[in-house]
Amino acid sequence: METSVTLAAAAQAAEIDTGDTAWLLAATALVLLMTPGLALFYGGMVRTKSVLNMLMMSFVSIALVTVVWLAAGYSLAFGEDSGGGLIGDLEHAGMAGLGPDSVHGTVPTLLFATFQLTFAIITAALISGAIADRAKFGAWLVFVPLWALLVYVPVAHWVWGPGGWILDKLGALDFAGGLPVEITSGASGLALALVLGPRLGFKKDAMRPHNLPMVMLGAGLLWFGWFGFNAGSALGANGLAAAAFLNTLAAGCTGLLGWLFVEQRRDGHPTTLGAASGAVAGLVAITPSCGSVSLLGALVIGLAAGVVCSYAVGWKFRLGYDDSLDVVGVHLVGGVIGTLLIGVFAAAEMTGGTEGLLYGGGLAQLGKQLVAVVAVGTYAFAVTYGIGKLIDKTLGFRADEEQEHTGLDLTVHAESAYDHGVLGHGAPVSASVSASSQKVTSQA
Amino acid sequence: MKLITAIVKPYRLDEVKTALQELGVHGLTVTEASGYGRQRGHTEVYRGAEYQVDLVPKVRIEVVVDDADCDAVIDAIVKAAQTGKIGDGKVWALPVETVVRVRTGERGPDAL
Repeated sequence: METSVTLAAAAQAAEIDTGDTAWLLAATALVLLMTPGLALFYGGMVRTKSVLNMLMMSFVSIALVTVVWLAAGYSLAFGEDSGGGLIGDLEHAGMAGLGPDSVHGTVPTLLFATFQLTFAIITAALISGAIADRAKFGAWLVFVPLWALLVYVPVAHWVWGPGGWILDKLGALDFAGGLPVEITSGASGLALALVLGPRLGFKKDAMRPHNLPMVMLGAGLLWFGWFGFNAGSALGANGLAAAAFLNTLAAGCTGLLGWLFVEQRRDGHPTTLGAASGAVAGLVAITPSCGSVSLLGALVIGLAAGVVCSYAVGWKFRLGYDDSLDVVGVHLVGGVIGTLLIGVFAAAEMTGGTEGLLYGGGLAQLGKQLVAVVAVGTYAFAVTYGIGKLIDKTLGFRADEEQEHTGLDLTVHAESAYDHGVLGHGAPVSASVSASSQKVTSQA
Repeated sequence: MKLITAIVKPYRLDEVKTALQELGVHGLTVTEASGYGRQRGHTEVYRGAEYQVDLVPKVRIEVVVDDADCDAVIDAIVKAAQTGKIGDGKVWALPVETVVRVRTGERGPDAL
């Protein structure tokens, strides 16, 4: 009874706009596609022996985060604030009280919740890049739900939840998730890389990407999905969505060019991995700022990210932490650049009033952005480090040496990605597979 | 009889095959191989990290010939495989005591 009353009240309070809803349905599907795209992006960058494990860490994140989000995550992130702008409530746990008529702004609440879910999914999946090739799959299955509830959900509430302390109270800006997505994934990736330690042979063995076309395909899918991510964050089919869309395209392009410029100067070769990484770095940086800056701002922010991130990925070799696929160098550094530069490039025609340093707004907005970056980065690092240590002490987070040498595909999943030789595979082991009752054994 | 082994650049394989056919050499065996000589491979760059790739792809061609044909076959292989650039490869010959054609049981030069 109570549910139907809530539904009726929600239906009366606002009306669904079909144009906005149509766009957000499409945007949600686009953002969901980013995670399989990320799987390919990451999968191509690891060695042949662990590509399936890398793909699996992304795919299983879709399933795990969805269950956690529907059970409690959405309500805790976007439910009524239960104090201090820190966390929501459990009124909508299990999506209770929400039905086809529930409305959030001008779109169905269930659609808004699903759109936000796709953000939580890819953020969790992003972290896997920091621990590629060496994490126990079982430990990852435990980590993702805990991390989603304890790190992503609170930060999402701080930033986007009703009464959240960062946007509503502090007044920092983050349009599409620089803080909850890029900075939390980057800081959490760093924490887990420190908990697990470097891959065997780190800094000694060549660990080059095994399939760069796969990396390029993944980067392309990420870029495609990013339009849903950023332009969808307008939550409507409107001019702000169009501006965010254009800014997203522009920053991805200058990010790509910036990274290639550095490579040409530093290494003498513009590489495909550099092009893919530069585009992603630009897209990361424009994520928080795409709805707050003018096209000029977007071009500069993308370029800055492409240049700075291409240097930042070398930090791991100098500082000795093994963030395998550069979650820190691309997502943390790119996210910080994009979030901070809002304080410089925020344009009144985009924000509806707030101006950055370049447009005469002074240092105030930059200060707010800095507080938000430090708070979110510190929180994500500390809590993830705690969760990682807890899992490491109890279940063990790191695969054993033999598994790591042999590769996780074979040892964890009993599969191999490619059949390269004529001698690798024998007859089926199980007698039930064979037509004859004669027992056959594998030649492998 | 002599076993001639040639390690050459993969893209020169067709030239070598053609040259040997023109000389009347009936058969050969080709294996994918990798290795390095004085040039020590090449460097690849991924996100600014340089990797030295020592072992570069090569093909290994093996052919058994009569003693009298040995020099001509070696010359033909060298001519066909030569590009003048570093990494062209090596050719060497070893004595072969006996050869048997599995299908017929023929031995010695008749089996070639």
